[in-house]
Amino acid sequence: MIEIRFAGFGGQGILTTGMICATAGMDLGKNVTWYPSYGSQMRGGTANCSVKFDDKAIASPFLRNVDILCAMNTPSVDSFMGELKPGAVMFVDSGVVPADYPVRDDIKVVRVPVNEIAAKCGNPRGANLVMLGAMAANTDIFTVEEIKAAVEKYFKKKGIDNPKNLDCLQEGANC
Amino acid sequence: MAEKVLIKGNEALAEAALRAGARFYSGYPITPQTEILEYLAWRMPEVGGFFVQAESELCGINMVMGAAATGARAFTTSSGPGYSLKQEGISYLCANDLPAVIIDVMRIGSGLGDIFMGQGDYWQITRGGGHGDYHTIVLAPNSVQENVDMAVLAFDLAEKYCHPVIIASDAGIGQMMEPAELPDFVEHDINKFEWAVRGTKDGEMVRYCQNVYYNMWNDAYAEKFYGGCTDYPTYLTNKYNAMTEDEQRWESYQTEDAEVVLVAYGSSSRIAKETVDIARAEGFKLGLIRPITLWPFPKKAFDEAKAAKAFATVEVNILGQMQDDVKLAIDNRAKVGFVGDFFKVPDPEVIIEYAKGLLK
Amino acid sequence: MPDVRLPKKLLGPSGWCQGCGHGVVVRLIAEVLDELGIEQNTVAVTDVACCSNAMAFGAGMGIDSVMAAHGRDIAVANGVKGARPDSIVYCYFGDGAAYSIGSAELVHAALRGDNITVVILNNTVYGMTGGQMAPTSLPGEKTSSSPYGKDGDKYGVLNLVDLIGNLNATYIARGEIYDVATTAKAKSYIKKAFQNQIDGKGFSIVEVLAPCPTNLHMTPLQCKKFMHEEATKYFPTGEFVDK
Repeated sequence: MIEIRFAGFGGQGILTTGMICATAGMDLGKNVTWYPSYGSQMRGGTANCSVKFDDKAIASPFLRNVDILCAMNTPSVDSFMGELKPGAVMFVDSGVVPADYPVRDDIKVVRVPVNEIAAKCGNPRGANLVMLGAMAANTDIFTVEEIKAAVEKYFKKKGIDNPKNLDCLQEGANC
Repeated sequence: MAEKVLIKGNEALAEAALRAGARFYSGYPITPQTEILEYLAWRMPEVGGFFVQAESELCGINMVMGAAATGARAFTTSSGPGYSLKQEGISYLCANDLPAVIIDVMRIGSGLGDIFMGQGDYWQITRGGGHGDYHTIVLAPNSVQENVDMAVLAFDLAEKYCHPVIIASDAGIGQMMEPAELPDFVEHDINKFEWAVRGTKDGEMVRYCQNVYYNMWNDAYAEKFYGGCTDYPTYLTNKYNAMTEDEQRWESYQTEDAEVVLVAYGSSSRIAKETVDIARAEGFKLGLIRPITLWPFPKKAFDEAKAAKAFATVEVNILGQMQDDVKLAIDNRAKVGFVGDFFKVPDPEVIIEYAKGLLK
Repeated sequence: MPDVRLPKKLLGPSGWCQGCGHGVVVRLIAEVLDELGIEQNTVAVTDVACCSNAMAFGAGMGIDSVMAAHGRDIAVANGVKGARPDSIVYCYFGDGAAYSIGSAELVHAALRGDNITVVILNNTVYGMTGGQMAPTSLPGEKTSSSPYGKDGDKYGVLNLVDLIGNLNATYIARGEIYDVATTAKAKSYIKKAFQNQIDGKGFSIVEVLAPCPTNLHMTPLQCKKFMHEEATKYFPTGEFVDK
């Protein structure tokens, strides 16, 4: 069982990022669930979603022992770092979470300048894809190629073909 | 094999209903079912159907009644507080022998309650809920795939019995995305039922969509539409007996040798099943009966759980609403308890501890 | 020799009280259906109240009909129309259902401009339940629930045109069935309301002032006079919206 939380401001593509991640899991033949925050939870301007991968049937879509946290802002770190299990990986946007921001010492923290990289790729709205690339490179849930395939499939369905999306993934993986 | 898609439970319900031939929807926004309304707002016109955002749930269900009277596959959706408002129309649908599908994406609590996952509408949906004598078949999916499958089944059952069918989903399944296979589109022939109103051609018998009881006053009408039955109590009793006998659906999991059998549906049945595995790994013989129809309650499932010394319902509500049905199903031969929580399904450890406590 | 044939879809004598206006209005509708040649393609929606006698076996209207819950007629009719857009669908019900319990359905159908035809019989009183005060009861009108006379300051009088006149209705008219001339006028309003639906023009509604001598405790003649002389002070007749 892999438990992943994506969190950030509304409008950052948090829910979409989780969906792409879940699609990648589904294409790998795993059972997956995706669950959003909704209603009054969203009115504070923050958004989060939960993704689970498992080879067995997944009982609950809700998270209990989180393996990976993707935190796109400091409120997300504050809210969700506590639910990570020891040894978990936390990805943070180093552009908004200061280097000296207090973090747990029993988890691994990967700092990714997502907006900077996305801007460099000419795709400023692709910060979440940079994060997915970094996730692929720093965990074993999927490879960079697998997440690239999932991203292509996701956007193709929406009629969007933007090669810069794949650049964002690759640059995220390289950082 | 159809392609697997990652789809949200609510949207799966909507899409599957369209694929089952539903071309009429009238709804009203309420969390956590609003995605159904939003999805159909763009998708229904795409498939050439009729979509309207009604001014209230009351209007929504009554529009569905009008559409159902024409023979169309029609449905509406809501959650807790909005579902309460639909009861008027559901009672009329039952009285008028009309097929329709009503989806309740359950949330928690009475009054406003809250928008999070809950199973607080059990009594309301299984007892009838509105005025008069009626039950409706209630299907309780526990995955996004079952949302798809049961949306299709619901229309078939509704037409089989000329009766409304309720799908009792919940916010857990409605908001969740899971992979699901969608069925192919089927065409629904709006003229396939002779009783469906359409305008009376010269020489045709007039079709009156009203209380079946009134229609039975007319012998010719009774002959044509009710198998000659002019005795409403008999007609109604036979109808509900047939549903009770033929439509019980359930999943039994490790019940044969179980000391304690959990009884859970919808979101809580997923956790309950996991709990059975965890308990068995520890050597505690737990089992699970998952009612797939909440009405008719799957009484037959309980006959198989002979070894059980106790039953425990697992529910996301405070009063353990399903306990009554379990007690009736086992005729008080064993202890019946309830483990539940507000907002969430209790964790497996909590369920196991409670189940063990029942044996003391 | 006057033409006394029944309209094609009118089955026979009605089951309403003596002097009641329902029989006349239903006949007008039946005549209009014939004249427009839509009598075989029309579905009626009635309320559970007095108007439901229009769908009794062997009496009233012999066309496919749906009996709606009290006040939900317009919602049900919209459902029928939505599912069978090629049918002609009309609602026939009373002022209590339309303006009180069904006021939300009425307002929003007018707001959406639903392409249906609505005929409302206004007799200033609840008929089926035995003569209680309606939103249309006149100030001072004695009913079983306003035994001292309706308190006009407390309850007011609801006028259809005030309620939906500025929404998106295509046609709003009010007629009466006091004499031959007014009845013919009322029929012409009803006909236009159906023609609008045939032409796809949207929401058309006709209110007809009609006597309820039983519940107003008058003779039929007194009651006709009451509607013609008193009720029209609050409910003037004519065409108010005609787009």
